[in-house]
Amino acid sequence: MKHVIELKVNGDSYQVAVDPWRTLNEVLREDLNLTGTKLGCGTGDCGACTVLLDGRTVSSCLTLAVEAAGKDIRTVEGLAPSGEELHPIQEAFIEEGAIQCGFCTAGMELSAKYLLDRNPAPTEREIRASMSGNLCRCTGYDKIVAAVDAAARKMK
Amino acid sequence: MAAFDIVGKGVPRTDARAKATGSATYTDDIKLPGMLHGRLLRSPVAHARILNIDTSRAKALPGVKSVITGADIPPVRYGNWRLFPNLQDEYALARDKVRFIGDEVAAVAAVDRDTAEEALGLISVEYEELPAVFDVDAAMRRGAPLVHDEVEGNVSLDRKIRYGDVESAFKEADYVRKDTFTVQAVSHAYLEPCSSVAQCDQDGRITLWTSTQVPYIVQCLLASTLKMRENDIRVIKPTVGGGFGGKMELRPWEFCAAFMARSTGKPVKFTLTRREELATGRRRHPMKLISKVGFKKDGTLLAKDLKILLDGGAYNAMGPTATFLCGNFGAMLYRYPAYRFLGLHVYTNKPPASAMRGFGAPQSLFASETQMNLAAEELGIDPIDLRLKNAQVPGDEIPDVATISSCGFRECLENVAVMSDWKKKRKSKKKGYGVGIGCYSFISGGVFNWFNTQYAFSTAEVRAFADGTVHLLTMASDIGQGSDTVLKQILAEELGLAMQDIRLTTADTAMTPQADLGTWGSRVTLMAGNAVIDAARQIKEQLFGAVSARFNLNVIYDLECKGGRVQAVGKPERGVSFGEAVAMVQKTNRGKALVVRGSYTPRRKGLVTPAFSFGAQVAEVQVDQRTGLVDVKNMWTAHDCGTVINSKSVEGQLEGSLHMGLGYALSEQLVMDGGVTVNDTFLDYKIPTALDMPHGVSACVPTYEPEGPMGAKEAGEGMVSPTAPAIADAVHRATGYRCMDLPITPEKILSGMKNKG
Repeated sequence: MKHVIELKVNGDSYQVAVDPWRTLNEVLREDLNLTGTKLGCGTGDCGACTVLLDGRTVSSCLTLAVEAAGKDIRTVEGLAPSGEELHPIQEAFIEEGAIQCGFCTAGMELSAKYLLDRNPAPTEREIRASMSGNLCRCTGYDKIVAAVDAAARKMK
Repeated sequence: MAAFDIVGKGVPRTDARAKATGSATYTDDIKLPGMLHGRLLRSPVAHARILNIDTSRAKALPGVKSVITGADIPPVRYGNWRLFPNLQDEYALARDKVRFIGDEVAAVAAVDRDTAEEALGLISVEYEELPAVFDVDAAMRRGAPLVHDEVEGNVSLDRKIRYGDVESAFKEADYVRKDTFTVQAVSHAYLEPCSSVAQCDQDGRITLWTSTQVPYIVQCLLASTLKMRENDIRVIKPTVGGGFGGKMELRPWEFCAAFMARSTGKPVKFTLTRREELATGRRRHPMKLISKVGFKKDGTLLAKDLKILLDGGAYNAMGPTATFLCGNFGAMLYRYPAYRFLGLHVYTNKPPASAMRGFGAPQSLFASETQMNLAAEELGIDPIDLRLKNAQVPGDEIPDVATISSCGFRECLENVAVMSDWKKKRKSKKKGYGVGIGCYSFISGGVFNWFNTQYAFSTAEVRAFADGTVHLLTMASDIGQGSDTVLKQILAEELGLAMQDIRLTTADTAMTPQADLGTWGSRVTLMAGNAVIDAARQIKEQLFGAVSARFNLNVIYDLECKGGRVQAVGKPERGVSFGEAVAMVQKTNRGKALVVRGSYTPRRKGLVTPAFSFGAQVAEVQVDQRTGLVDVKNMWTAHDCGTVINSKSVEGQLEGSLHMGLGYALSEQLVMDGGVTVNDTFLDYKIPTALDMPHGVSACVPTYEPEGPMGAKEAGEGMVSPTAPAIADAVHRATGYRCMDLPITPEKILSGMKNKG
């Protein structure tokens, strides 16, 4: 039996009918066409599917859509204030060269937002620890760490 | 050296904004009306004859639109080595036999993924299990089961290199040593799982969007396996989330998507799971390497005799190229007056190994660099001094392999010694502490035409417009490494334009000019870059003619494209804007658009590569004496990549190489139990995290590669190789344990330390 739920994503409300076993990742990508959130492993190990649920990072591949009903869901599409303006985290990722293939980027940016919302001036070690749930195969992380650091300074 | 306006700068990537905002479209993001979802049924056994497949129950499941097996498709074998059809050993779906756990047996397309998955469970396959072989020794034993019935002894290909008199050189040598090394299988672990979407239009043309490094190769092999013409197939590469060599062949799901899109009339999508990727996907070759080297007392190298057995898994894939290349890499870095190589590519009943970042170099160089370190120790010579004594220099010739043009290897060694404070740190007697060294050389694209392309290796079309912009069209494929940005920079530099004046269309076999061999072997910057320069120079010639006529310039005048203008050198008043110059050419040609095509194919460059890069790396480690855990503190790298086109991209490539090299050295291994890949999740297959990365410092040794675009050559692929031997050497200094068998695990370190007493 499908459940009719209301998902609040990036401030917009969507009513969707979902099977109880469908993940938030599937519903975001397939029903709501919010494909900025990626699926890298489906087992909660890589962090590519990271979204914010009531301000906390979760793996959308391990979160059931029904669990997210009524909560505040933030995806990469909701990070920039407008089509022309970028979030400081996004600016920093672009400027610092923190993006190569880009598949981990959305998850990285949301993990960075989670960190900076709580700790506006993290040390390098804190950044590395906080981002260690997000895997990247291209960059070796150095430029991602630099981008988070640069974003922290921009957001001051 | 010429001064550049855009080349050399850390220009932000062309696609960075799209990726930062989540709007970049990867293959799995594509959704077409009426699209079906495909899934593959894979063999659960390592080696078996297929006696019968019953798909009737799967076909009867509501929502299932197509079920196919090997019996339904044209019996056409494929493989990238098209030049030698006997090496093309794969069918898209198994016929008669399965050869590894994961071999594709059947495919289902259904209205949704759940239905497709359910249908897989309704297909019954009757197997007659056969004895299987799981390593090269077992595979080559007399009477061993044959993976492919027609390949005796399971050796699908051999490669020999021989120059100099190896036997007498060893007789003359004061010091000879022979060592055996083994290296493990590792995964590319690109973050984006493979995905393909195919659509067949009413006119019969198939369009395939696919996560690939090689759209042209996929187009050609899809045409042959579907028994269609190349021009009936359009392959488009959307944004790709990494490849590292793992996406450079035609794959069964690409074939099945296209075949089923044609038979159902509906678009079909296949996306692999991470489990499929890790358990059944391509991987870096495990190898057994037996190396014998001879030196004079003073450290002068006299000879090397290298034998490498590649564990190829069930199919050739890109194994033949890896077999050739690991022999070539064995002859690089140092001057070997006599060299002999025998490489054997061996079939086993495991998932096929193929190309992966380094393409034979990480394995080959782990052996030769570790052996240099062993020899240095026994000869009582500092390992950097021993390398300097034997280092290759510009102009060196390697028979059968290449002539080296630019080469900054000596400078790399000297630099890295200074950067790391080598002499002092190497003497340190601190408990559990050590520094070690490893080096590399790598290719800038391949010359040997194994695909037997009938086109230039790289091609670029440039269309110039009167509004002062240009459009660059090329089949070159950016898979995350940043070639789109680099090619734009090269064109902008040549034409004196800004990055935003260039529009780009890439990697669409119907829209971009034939052809480009794709992204592998670090070929794109050099080859596609040269094609872009060729096109740009043709555009300039026409613009210069028009400006010359307009200002009635003496024919000896030099002209330039600079700052958006086309002008006489040193006389900017005798010139017009780029757009005006284009308009003049267009008027002269009575309205014909200004469009040119440039191309590049390496010629007179031997059979291996047009240019070699070099580098040296020092690792500093602290090993916990109680647990055997290795903490890599610092890595110093000096490398020679010719002219740097994009400084941020080169840094990013080096940092990424360090990540992959670190994993290869310490944490990554596809663990096999017979034919089963045991660790098929990212929880168990451990790629380094942000916390695991050492502090890295790097320096570019300036060289100019005459064959490269603006002097550029390879950067960032070869760099994956020195990390494991450097860390292994440092661990040896720290603990006395010498790793001859990657990866370096705490268990091996502790038992190695115990054996040392």
